[in-house]
Amino acid sequence: MVYWSLWLAAVLFALGVLGVVIRRNVIILFMCIELMLNAANLAFVALSRVVGIEGQVFVFFVMTVAAAEAAVGLAIVISLFRHTESVDTANFNLLRW
Amino acid sequence: MNPSVVSFIFVVLAVVAVLGGIGMVASRSPMASLLFLVTTLFSIAGIFLLLNAQFIAAVQVIVYAGAIMVLFLFVIMLLNLGHDYRPDVRRGAWIVLGFLGAGVIGAVLARTITQPGLLPQQGGGALVDASVRDLGAVGAVAYPLYRDFAVPFEITSVLLLVAAIGAVLLAKRRV
Repeated sequence: MVYWSLWLAAVLFALGVLGVVIRRNVIILFMCIELMLNAANLAFVALSRVVGIEGQVFVFFVMTVAAAEAAVGLAIVISLFRHTESVDTANFNLLRW
Repeated sequence: MNPSVVSFIFVVLAVVAVLGGIGMVASRSPMASLLFLVTTLFSIAGIFLLLNAQFIAAVQVIVYAGAIMVLFLFVIMLLNLGHDYRPDVRRGAWIVLGFLGAGVIGAVLARTITQPGLLPQQGGGALVDASVRDLGAVGAVAYPLYRDFAVPFEITSVLLLVAAIGAVLLAKRRV
C-alpha cells in the first residue's frame, strides 16, 4: 500500500501542476497549490511506514506552512481584487512588461 | 482488518481522490472546484487512517478540510465569485504546455517510485506501528515533535504570527 500511495501522490501532484498551468483564476491556482502540498504530505506519510515516525512529524510542519501560505495568499488575492475588480491573472499586467 | 478489505477501501479512496482532483482542475466554477478539493482532502485523510497515521488524519480533516477550506469559501463568497464567472481555462499552447509539464513531473516521480531498492519488499511499517502501540496515536507524533524537533516547532509559531500579521496588513484598506 506504501507503493500505491506513492503512485497516488504522484498523480495528485501532476494534477496540481496541470491546474496551475492551465487555469487563470487565482483562487483555483491556490487550490492547485494546496493539492500539491497535500500530495507531498501523502508521500511523507507513506514513506513514514518505511523510514519511521519522522515523516508524520514533517507533515505537521508542511500543514503549518500551508495554512500560513493560504492566509497570506488569500489576503493578496483580496487586495488584488480591490485594485482590478478581477481574479483573472490575465488582468494582472501592471508589472508584466 | 482483512488485507483485501483494506485494499478495497484504499482503491475506493484513491479513485475518489483522483476524480476529485480532475474535477477541481476541470470545473469552471470556483465553488465547484473547492467542493471537489474538499472531497479529495477527505479521501486523503482516509488513506492516512489506512497508513496508521490517525493523528495526521484528524489534523488533515480539522486544518485542511476545515479551516483552510473555510478560508477559501469565505474569500469566494466575499468576492462574489460563486456565480457569473468567466471561463478562465487557457487555450492552445498553454494546454499543451500544461500536459507536458504535468507529464514530465509525473514521469520523473514514476521513475523515482519504481526505482529498485527504494522500498522494502514487505509492507514495512513496523517502526510506526510499534511507536503507535507504545505511545498512542497522538504520542507517537508528539514525542518526537517536542523532543527532537522542539526548535523547528517554536520557529513554526513565529511563522504563524508573521503570517497572521501579514494577512491582516495586506487585506487592510489603508496601512
